[in-house]
Amino acid sequence: MFDWLQNIADWLVYDTIGLSSEEHLAQALNFFIYDAIKIILLLFIIIFLMGIINSYFPVEKVRNYLSRKKLYGLEYLMASLFGVVTPFCSCSSVPLFIGFVKGGIPLGVTFSFLITSPLVNEVAIALFFGMFGLKITIIYIISGVILGTFSGLLLEKLKLERFLTPWVQNVIKNAERESEEFKQGNETFKQRLPVIWKEAMNIIKGILPYVVVGIAIGGLMHGYIPEGFFEQYMGKENWFAVPAATILAVPMYSNASGILPVVEVLVAKGIPLGTAIAFMMGVVGLSFPEAMLLKKVMTWKLIGIFFGIVTLCIILSGYIFNLIF
Amino acid sequence: MKTIKILGTGCPKCKAMETTVREVIQENNINAEVIKVDDIMAIMEYNVLSTPVLVIDEAIKIKGRVPSKSEVEELLK
Repeated sequence: MFDWLQNIADWLVYDTIGLSSEEHLAQALNFFIYDAIKIILLLFIIIFLMGIINSYFPVEKVRNYLSRKKLYGLEYLMASLFGVVTPFCSCSSVPLFIGFVKGGIPLGVTFSFLITSPLVNEVAIALFFGMFGLKITIIYIISGVILGTFSGLLLEKLKLERFLTPWVQNVIKNAERESEEFKQGNETFKQRLPVIWKEAMNIIKGILPYVVVGIAIGGLMHGYIPEGFFEQYMGKENWFAVPAATILAVPMYSNASGILPVVEVLVAKGIPLGTAIAFMMGVVGLSFPEAMLLKKVMTWKLIGIFFGIVTLCIILSGYIFNLIF
Repeated sequence: MKTIKILGTGCPKCKAMETTVREVIQENNINAEVIKVDDIMAIMEYNVLSTPVLVIDEAIKIKGRVPSKSEVEELLK
């Protein structure tokens, strides 16, 4: 799919600049140009598409749907699926959480949404697509949805309401299911476009510096580290690699997804895909700043249980991926 | 005089919205009072799911994104 891009990178580095393809520097530069263009292009396309979906399917509509409909156990899966198409900003996690439980949506279902939304976000999808191709991206999205569904179910079973801060418990007591259908604004596509475009640009502007630095580091490693280098340290037979990668990744802020092009190189140099995916999920799915925000609605104990269960599920998916691939 | 409220728990986007609004008011000499609401309980009274939110005279105008200056100007006319 991206052959033409590789041709451009080859032409630039080997023909125009005139470096030899044997040189480390040339390989690093070639990788940087190829990856940078490819990933930035994908970020544009996917963030823009998600923006369009979100404009017609805002989070208010999601809440209204989950609150009004009886879904007989499917609500966890639905919440998780909605999480995929809703862009996530960690600063909205608290109003989102309160808004959901206020609408009578069960705590576990709210968690399902809250887990999948950052885990499978537009930036992660674009980066994953650029790094590992379509097939693995789809597998990543599906496992993210399953992970959110399953963790939400588990968290619901634990009856965690008592670990919410008192005022939130009060909100739940007075929760009301929505009675009215969500009324959609009826702007035309043309009217929506400038807003969608501007939002997409804002997201890209925020993430771009991190991504470029990540690709640059990835490029250097690509040029200088021999193939299969990590196999001896972090191969599949090393059981400790998956939990170590996950626990390392969890405190990182999701803007750190810029470092993910580095992960692509790590995989090329011998780190198993499952270990890399666990790392990726840890980076985008959970973060320390998010925990600080959730402190306003949850006790530390609940945040601990929430993060603990999601971390365990991520580690589990890492092992499963390593088994399959 | 207009009362402008900016609802947000202190994330970078919320600060960006506050800066934009204050700049527009100053540049156009608009007679308005800007209140930053960062208490989550107060924010939830507006029943919003994403922040930042721009409230002008108790009506929600923009939520979940940072508006451009021209957009804010238009809203304050």
